[in-house]
Amino acid sequence: MVYDKGDFPRGRDNKYPTNGGTMGKTFVEKILAERAGKNTVVPGEIVVVKPDYVMSHDNSAAIYGKFKQIGSGRVFDREQILIILDHCVPAASEKYAKNHQEIRDFVEKFDIPNFFDINTGVCHQVVIEKGFARPGRLIVGSDSHTVSYGAVGAFSAGIGRSEAAAIWATGEIWLKVPSTLKVVFNGVPKPGVTAKDLMLYLIGKIGADGALYKAVEFTGEAVFRMTIADRIVFANMTVEMGGKNGYFAPDETTFEYLRARGIDGSGFEAVFPDSDAEYEQVLTIDSASIEPQVAKPHTVDNVASVSEVAGIKIHQALIGTCTNGRIEDLRAAAAVLKGRKVAKNVRLLIFPASMEIYMQAMKEGLFETIIEAGGIVMNPGCGPCLGAHEGILAPGEVCLSTANRNFKGRMGCKTASVYLASPETVAASAIAGEICAAEAMK
Amino acid sequence: MKIFKYGDDVNTDVIFPGKYTYTISDPKEMAEHALEDLDPDFVKTVEDGDIIVAGKNFGCGSSREQAATCIKYSGVAAVIAKSFSRIFFRNCINSGLLAVECPDAVDKITKGSRVVIDREGNRIQVDGEWIAFPPIPEAVRYIIDGGGLIPYLQKKFSGKES
Repeated sequence: MVYDKGDFPRGRDNKYPTNGGTMGKTFVEKILAERAGKNTVVPGEIVVVKPDYVMSHDNSAAIYGKFKQIGSGRVFDREQILIILDHCVPAASEKYAKNHQEIRDFVEKFDIPNFFDINTGVCHQVVIEKGFARPGRLIVGSDSHTVSYGAVGAFSAGIGRSEAAAIWATGEIWLKVPSTLKVVFNGVPKPGVTAKDLMLYLIGKIGADGALYKAVEFTGEAVFRMTIADRIVFANMTVEMGGKNGYFAPDETTFEYLRARGIDGSGFEAVFPDSDAEYEQVLTIDSASIEPQVAKPHTVDNVASVSEVAGIKIHQALIGTCTNGRIEDLRAAAAVLKGRKVAKNVRLLIFPASMEIYMQAMKEGLFETIIEAGGIVMNPGCGPCLGAHEGILAPGEVCLSTANRNFKGRMGCKTASVYLASPETVAASAIAGEICAAEAMK
Repeated sequence: MKIFKYGDDVNTDVIFPGKYTYTISDPKEMAEHALEDLDPDFVKTVEDGDIIVAGKNFGCGSSREQAATCIKYSGVAAVIAKSFSRIFFRNCINSGLLAVECPDAVDKITKGSRVVIDREGNRIQVDGEWIAFPPIPEAVRYIIDGGGLIPYLQKKFSGKES
């Protein structure tokens, strides 16, 4: 990996070229300046903005509680509120059911138009596929993986529950302008190496705080070739290296994705970084040198290549979540599973990230392939990713998952272990009964 | 005053496990599970005024605000870390839990250290030696001065109505 300060050569005075005395601005500096009504902002500055949307999920009941405490009596802008139930759907217990009930009561009382009940999907997938996330939009959400929407060129960041309640009441939030890290993925990955592998590699290299407080811009040949599904994996996991937001400059891939959803160029105003923007740091990675990767227990930055951990026995294999539950992921998994059988003593759970994906997978016959192989197709939602239900681990068990977190206790049991990998690796390992690369199956 | 010292990258799952996030709503009950998967002895021994000292990236992972809430209601007076995850740091400001970013202090503090935090002066005294820490940005001081985000807004909205 090569570290350098910018794409532009230094001048004789050992300074970077300037743009009429003012350095160019990164994406985050431009969008936050624009949204704060300022000509320019600098990293470290605090601005107050009105987000296009504030997203929340099953925690909306807790947010409603805080909103009531604030005592504004009304929501500032009911159109600004997005609520998607996904974390524990359908409700696993009376407590969860009551939680959902309180949210539905709030939605009805305040006539919230953008509410999606338990038959829709994982919140981040829904925000993107329903077209709420668009280039140039500013979205916050009381979930750390709100960062996902940078995949389509939006600014998006996670916030806390009290802050979400404050936005419901006031429409506003303060944000600190972060400095920006640019990550250039040069070259083309080897066959069988996915976006998940590249991202795990990056997180392993720079660590769980490698982008702490920073905005991240992803670019380079490998990135230009990525589908939106791939870009969501990157943006989604930006928070696993501490990043505030992850951004991809909208391009033809983005516009095509949006057009397919009935959104043409009049439906958004894309924001791009200046070509002479000043980055705090630029990392360059050779994509072609990367092998399939896994994150080992119990941190996401504890990364090794699949070959280093090959042979570790698994009890559960999970394909899905906001990181890797898209149709492309299910196709990739089905391609590996086709005509094979999941190993005895392994439970393969598939969670499509949304009902739209579920329907598409059904039409393509992917479920048949998965079920014939011995897999279980679950309903769209977060599933056991955060340890609430639908596949909690027993003491000492090992799960290989396409999710984004493997912290101790994450899947409901603190003596269980979680490894993270791509859908291809998880599918292949489910067949082998132990961690192995999908290429080894071919 | 006791010191609880932990390492780097303490995540919010071990501070407040995900399985409780939608089943526990009372802050005092949250406190009974504080740091449950990191240090089971914490809740048994923590007392009002104790301090948590940790390495870099404290509070990483999930945005769950209960991670800050459960520590606050356990009686802990402050968390001193080399750095904080950004959402956890925001949650501390909003819920009135003092979060101090001070790598030098973290290196110097041992289990038996005597620690005094001068909040107004933005400095910590460790075994008699003063160490400065970056002040909370002026622009968000109003939240802390108002006792946290919700109490601040409560006052704002009740003022409007009266």
